[in-house]
Amino acid sequence: MKKVFKSALVLLLAGAMIAGCSSKPAATATPTPEGDGGKTATTCPVKIGLVTDTGGVDDKSFNQSAWEGLVAYAEENGFSTEKGVCIDYLQSTSDADYIPNLSTFADEGFDLVIAVGYLFQEAIDTVSANYPDKNFLFIDSVSENANVMSAVYNAEQGSYLVGIAAGLEAKANGSNKVGFVGGMEGDLIGAFQAGYEQGVLAANPDATIYVDYADSFSDDSKGQALAVKQYDAGATVIYQAAGAAGNGVIKEAKERGGVWAIGVDKDQYKDGEVDGKSIILTSMIKRVDISTKTAAQAILEGKFQGGPVVFNLENEGVGAELSTGRNLSDETIKAIEEYATKIKGGEIEVSAVPVIANGASNK
Amino acid sequence: MSKKNEKIIIPLIAVGLGILVGMIILLLSGKDIATLFAGLVKGLTGYDMLKAGSAVNLRYPGEFLVSTMPIILTGLSISFAYRTGMFNIGCEGQVIMGSLVSCMVAILVPMPNFIAVVVCIIVGGIAGALWAFIPGLLKSKFNISEVVTGIMLNYTALYGANYFLRALPGSSAQRTVNIPENAMLGSELFKQITNNSRFHWGFIIVIIAVVLFWFIIEKTSFGYSLRATGFNKEGARYAGIKVNKSIILSIMISGFLAGIAGAIVVQGTFGYGRVMVAMDNYGFDGIAVALVGGCTALGVTFAGMLFGLLKVTQPLLQTFGVPKEIGEIISSSIVFFVALQYAIQYYLLKFTSGKKKKKQELQPQGGDVK
Repeated sequence: MKKVFKSALVLLLAGAMIAGCSSKPAATATPTPEGDGGKTATTCPVKIGLVTDTGGVDDKSFNQSAWEGLVAYAEENGFSTEKGVCIDYLQSTSDADYIPNLSTFADEGFDLVIAVGYLFQEAIDTVSANYPDKNFLFIDSVSENANVMSAVYNAEQGSYLVGIAAGLEAKANGSNKVGFVGGMEGDLIGAFQAGYEQGVLAANPDATIYVDYADSFSDDSKGQALAVKQYDAGATVIYQAAGAAGNGVIKEAKERGGVWAIGVDKDQYKDGEVDGKSIILTSMIKRVDISTKTAAQAILEGKFQGGPVVFNLENEGVGAELSTGRNLSDETIKAIEEYATKIKGGEIEVSAVPVIANGASNK
Repeated sequence: MSKKNEKIIIPLIAVGLGILVGMIILLLSGKDIATLFAGLVKGLTGYDMLKAGSAVNLRYPGEFLVSTMPIILTGLSISFAYRTGMFNIGCEGQVIMGSLVSCMVAILVPMPNFIAVVVCIIVGGIAGALWAFIPGLLKSKFNISEVVTGIMLNYTALYGANYFLRALPGSSAQRTVNIPENAMLGSELFKQITNNSRFHWGFIIVIIAVVLFWFIIEKTSFGYSLRATGFNKEGARYAGIKVNKSIILSIMISGFLAGIAGAIVVQGTFGYGRVMVAMDNYGFDGIAVALVGGCTALGVTFAGMLFGLLKVTQPLLQTFGVPKEIGEIISSSIVFFVALQYAIQYYLLKFTSGKKKKKQELQPQGGDVK
């Protein structure tokens, strides 16, 4: 009797845990399209491993975009798009995991190891030096080691364009107030902020810009708290560049209604949908997927080369989401396109150095 | 069955049941159990069972020991306080303060070689001890729960340390500059032997700590007075033990161990101070380690190795196709089953003696924590 009870307890516990976890594979599988279409290759000529920061491949932003690039690579070449076959990822739970995660991929015979995000700087420098025979892709910052391809993005250019959209919208609705919620202070997110500031003021010189940083790329409750602060102060548009923490901004905009958020890194229109309409005004596009896809393809073809690769408006590595029939008026789209041409032609030079301090505004 | 045997057998049963739960879940999700064991074996020894004849990769055991060191120390830290009847949940904050001060001293104070390493570790320990002094004092003077003050001080430590780390010369928003070479615990020799793992000299400190823990708690009259306080505070007071002094000293020693854990993380694993977004959970892992290890020196050592292994093999297990949640499920199930120790004890008793219900024998162990 007692034994029955005990084994029942174990089973119950196991059952509860399975039930609790069963949603997990579904969530992580979202970037992977349904099925493999029967074209699954049984062997992989090369294996690609991606290490995310704490956000994970379902962060609806940066890391997800990187993973989607690999999925697209696998699809195009007829490999399995399932995690762990030809492409794989490891999610870091803290910065303490960076070196072990990168090293594990290198040790387990992966041909290309990808580090997503500038926070990997020390880790990629160390690990790529430890494994001179392996190839690495480092996204968002530069490593000097010869076996590392470094993908850098002129994020200030794309941010400038969404800044135009925000500035025009704030002028149209009369608030003249916009906000910026960043992840962590530093050169990288600073470029987003800088481009945005200049874009907003170019379109609307009277605008007030609030700037706050969440000190995190994963804490969405912090992102939401900052959104509450800025919307309460009268901002009608917030540009969030904070990875998964930025999802808190989108959440707050959805709950509040009547305000806008601007997506980052990828088209976040769908994430902002409420009752068939979206609160995402536009999104700043940073094609992280292009860099992971091209690097993976290069490895496959044996053409991989280390060194920095710059993505900008010119080569469409960055940009703004300008689909018609969404939330941007045709005039705004036209205005943005004009500014884009000026940036490409060198007529406007966008600085990557922000002006407004964290927690302050320009007024 | 003797109490001593029980103390060893119950955690072993709990570990067995925890692994069983992990295996069942792995089976139900359609994965191969062999991969779990192959992953754990490779994480422990560097040998790949699935690829017979492949070279042993010593980076894995090296990293395994790296992840084990701080949590053995925090396990000892929690255990030390618990033996005096206190639950030092502020351990996490003491680890952070240990890291901070060790890092600050290393960067700001130029020191001759050989001394630097030791000085930095000791000041890290002292910082942890002083941080633990606050809840200790509040507990002994005003009987304020060390759990509440400890949790609050964890956050104070986290955000306070971040402020000071950023303020150090040359710091970026994420980290400080590298600490000087002479304050580092790492060694080129270990690096070469273990295929570039981060294995470092900290293991000697851990061994010293384990031995000292055992000696103080089991062999000295000071340790006896601490244990007496833990068993029964009023009884100890009646026996002439200075209970308030015991409480403060014990939590400070506990904090010292936690501070050392923080120091070796800076001086061994990273080599610089990290501005942390969230806590590293070394202190909280220590609670599980202490619980499973039965708050004894040897038990904590083994429990620390077990939890270190489950933690460090997560990336490896994932490349073997085992979901990363499995490791977490196993470690939390183990804690769950250890917490069920009275139930296990009860069935063991029935099983071995075959006697009728003997609930009165099930005396609670450890002190009555108020």
